Amino acid sequence: MTKPLSAAVQSLKPSGIRKFFDIVSEMKDAISLGVGEPDFDTPWHIRDEGIFALEKGKTFYTSNSGLKELREEICNYLKRKQNITYDPQSEVIVTVGGSEAIDIGLRALINPGDEVIIPQPSYVSYEPCAILAGAKPVIINLKAENEFRLTAEELKNAITDKTKVLILPFPNNPTGAIMERKDLEEIAEIIIKNDIYVMSDEIYAELTYKGEHVSIASLDGMKERTILINGFSKAYAMTGWRLGYACAPKEIIKQMTKIHQFAIMCAPTTSQYAAVEALKNGDEDIKMMRQAYNQRRRFLLNAFKEMNLECFEPYGAFYVFPCIKEFGMASEEFATRFLEEEKVAAVPGNAFGASGEGYLRISYAYSLDNLKIAMERMKKFIEKLRNKD
Amino acid sequence: MREELLSILEKNSRIDLKELAVLLGAEEIDVANEIKKLEEEGIICGYHTLINWDKTSIDKVSALIEVKVTPQRGQGFDKIAERIYNYPEVRAVYLISGGYDLLVTLEEKTLREIANFVSDKLSTLDSVLSTATHFVLKKYKDHGTVFDKKHEDEREIITP
Repeated sequence: MTKPLSAAVQSLKPSGIRKFFDIVSEMKDAISLGVGEPDFDTPWHIRDEGIFALEKGKTFYTSNSGLKELREEICNYLKRKQNITYDPQSEVIVTVGGSEAIDIGLRALINPGDEVIIPQPSYVSYEPCAILAGAKPVIINLKAENEFRLTAEELKNAITDKTKVLILPFPNNPTGAIMERKDLEEIAEIIIKNDIYVMSDEIYAELTYKGEHVSIASLDGMKERTILINGFSKAYAMTGWRLGYACAPKEIIKQMTKIHQFAIMCAPTTSQYAAVEALKNGDEDIKMMRQAYNQRRRFLLNAFKEMNLECFEPYGAFYVFPCIKEFGMASEEFATRFLEEEKVAAVPGNAFGASGEGYLRISYAYSLDNLKIAMERMKKFIEKLRNKD
Repeated sequence: MREELLSILEKNSRIDLKELAVLLGAEEIDVANEIKKLEEEGIICGYHTLINWDKTSIDKVSALIEVKVTPQRGQGFDKIAERIYNYPEVRAVYLISGGYDLLVTLEEKTLREIANFVSDKLSTLDSVLSTATHFVLKKYKDHGTVFDKKHEDEREIITP
């Protein structure tokens, strides 16, 4: 074939993570701190419901927007946890992971040339999804001095006549940053004034270690302009089930459902039955996992303190984002040497955007025993680097 | 702090105070005081080690014994339970709802020791009406820990 492939797709940069993955997979006995998924198994009662659904022969398509019972439970959950009221009939769609919701949400909103504001460092798929939807990504480089929160000033400076939607990725992967109510109130005012949409990716909402997570959709005047994205992967350790959802005004959900209907049909049926059980009876599991993550978070922060390594205290997700600028090398070089010399894999911060340069994403979705070994090695590595100067 | 402290200690009683304080985000002195209180209140009753005896060369068996008893006036089941739990070979005694009254466990004994205990000691107690002894063939899980299962990390080594 000589005809060229899609120019838009070809123009996408391959994920920085992919590149690092190729280096790591060569290394056989490395300890990894590199995953973005829970180390817990899906709680047994949830798996059991999935099995039961299979046994009963529930193996058909569900309605495009997902099982009615699941949509109802999603609405109950959001009411119970965030005090936001959504209509299960028209304001919810069940998707294949939160990632599908990001994709179809952007496609439902964007006209060619619209601008999408993306705060970085953040999850790797916002920018490519925005580009594929025909938008122009406008990047805000979040700053360590603000604990990687989005400030009103930064948002104001990024807004133009063409701004269509702000992506709000908190609790944040890779920094672990959160946005508290006061932070959200400050930016909500600007969002409303400039009449833009918000895509709030709250997949890590349950993993918040300072107060309760606040959704921007719960603030006055925000629900009608927000696509709230969440899912089961992180809260219930269900990554492989591929199940997420979006809640938004019915006009938006209607358009998203069209794309979903033609591209996907419906989310996996077995997963949907399991997810009903997760929402009904999974609160205790979340509590147990959050407690374990929080202990590991404290352990890592203390380990950095003992190493004298600069790191702001993150209150969300399961990542810490230490600063490695003192060593005068790029994140990738640091991560590669750390891997080669100490056999520990952590993801270079710049894989999540240029503003992640000088940082390292360390995941604590690992047992404490694992983290202990990794921190001993990190200490050794850092001391070696420091002593060379 | 109390509930979280207990759940950590229940899984790992050998954890040192310094690490415990880090995990709980508390001061060492406060953690130490809390542990002392928990011990005094009889909430922490001991620090044991979970052993999978099947893996040792020691060839001993465990038994669960269902016991039907006549409760005694004014003392219910407590008096007879005490008679039974005072035997050092008894590992646990539970009062049970349902078809029988007390569940008595004996662990890591020879078959003869268990037989002697049931026939000579347990059955001869006045309030004991009947017993049914079940021998444990295999222990899969104890104290929330699955024996003999290696947990492999099956995740991709790097994911976004």
